[in-house]
Amino acid sequence: MSTSIQNISLSGRKKEVSNKEMTFMESLYLVAIVKGLMITIKHFFRKKVTIHYPEQTREMSPVYRGRHMLKRDEQGRENCTACGLCALSCPAEAITMKAAERKKGEEHLYREEKYAEIYEINMLRCIFCGLCEEACPKDAIYLTVSKELVPANYDREDFIFGKDKLVMPLEMAIANSKSVN
Amino acid sequence: MLDSTFFIEKGIIILVVFAVTMLFAMYSTWAERKVAAFLQDRVGPNRAGFGGLLQPLADGLKLFSKEEFFPNTPNRFLFIVGPAIAMSTALMTSAVLPWGDKLVIFGKEVILQATDIDVALLYVFGVISVGVYGIMIGGWASNNKFSLMGAVRASSQMISYEVAMGLSIIALLMMTGTLSLKEISMQQSEWRWNVLYQPVSFLIFLICAFAETNRTPFDLAECESELIGGYHTEYSSMKMGFYLFAEYANMFISSAILAILFFGGYNYPGMQWMTENVGVNAANVLGIIALLIKICCFIFFYMWVRWTIPRFRYDQLMNLGWRILIPLAIINIMITGVCILAFK
Repeated sequence: MSTSIQNISLSGRKKEVSNKEMTFMESLYLVAIVKGLMITIKHFFRKKVTIHYPEQTREMSPVYRGRHMLKRDEQGRENCTACGLCALSCPAEAITMKAAERKKGEEHLYREEKYAEIYEINMLRCIFCGLCEEACPKDAIYLTVSKELVPANYDREDFIFGKDKLVMPLEMAIANSKSVN
Repeated sequence: MLDSTFFIEKGIIILVVFAVTMLFAMYSTWAERKVAAFLQDRVGPNRAGFGGLLQPLADGLKLFSKEEFFPNTPNRFLFIVGPAIAMSTALMTSAVLPWGDKLVIFGKEVILQATDIDVALLYVFGVISVGVYGIMIGGWASNNKFSLMGAVRASSQMISYEVAMGLSIIALLMMTGTLSLKEISMQQSEWRWNVLYQPVSFLIFLICAFAETNRTPFDLAECESELIGGYHTEYSSMKMGFYLFAEYANMFISSAILAILFFGGYNYPGMQWMTENVGVNAANVLGIIALLIKICCFIFFYMWVRWTIPRFRYDQLMNLGWRILIPLAIINIMITGVCILAFK
């Protein structure tokens, strides 16, 4: 069997182009138009593929990297110790933080003696590469948990996310600890 | 004797027809976007109001609040007159359209038509051919090559398709024997719709109606990919809005003419029975509804075609007009003549 390169069709949909003269019926375009109309009307009644975004969200893959989340442990304490490795690993230099020492009576808030008093990520700089997540020795920062996009905004200042937006909500930590138990 | 009730009656009819035309034009923009979306597996505008029903108002508000821009043109007056002509010609046609037979209000017969002139069809053609001036003047006064190009294309297209349109109607006129739209509607009572006797004439008229309203596949006047916006490239704010609105008003009117000439106008099967058994008013209100439904079907068809067929090339357009439609219309006239001679 001789299969020359011209006859190979990997997709199985190969069609020869022909430039033959149109017959009279074809030159009226009517048949072609009716055919086209039938195709479009089929689409009219087809199920729509649109996802109504703020109300519905697309199902994300398990490794989808959305906006960051600073995790809490099962008792609701922040994991982050402000070691600065995430900021160091960040290729876009989007992360900045200020460390503080844990005082007496704050043991239920922070897991270790040192914590991040200020933790800011500039979402306009961030490239969502996930290197901060890889660098973190305390399992504190994750991009794969929130499954959220950074929402649009009017001012550049509004894209600098502080701890108020980054830290995992307490309810979520409680829910997590319940599922563990 | 012209009494005041006559003026009040006609005034109300004109006002209602105007309002309905505007409403249809407004919601055609909404429907166009919805239909386009549905044909492309999307959902279309759905944020402003339920199902996006307030979208036309939002669009109108946006157009009103846009900057009023004038290009560097010596023809500022013509620049303003262009959209005005386009809009007024689009609305003028509705004066002769019969929306129903008659209503009996307080024992007085009210004819549901602004005016029943015996040359209504000629009047319609006259007004439509003035419509090309709106586009031509607008494109000329813009002092822009793209606009002028669009205007030239539009006018040559409309003029050449008017010939075929007129010829296709002649075959219909030979059958009906009248130019009055009212009488043409009355002749088509029950199921005697003209489309059943004159399918070829209807087809030619339909194609020409697409060309006359500058709709796809004949929207060469404003093809974005070649001419930016065509004749309305330089327009902004409400002047732009007028052009867009005029197009939709035109679509409504031409759908109405198609329905009246070929699809029985306000007639529906069983109208006679309704008039005799239920009453004149009920029968005619149903008739108006029937006409509006027919118009909606045609408007949907316009949109359906728009989102199906790509634009014709200019030489294809001219070929179709002069070398196919006009000979076809003439043959149709001859066949109609032979049939009339043979069967009468």
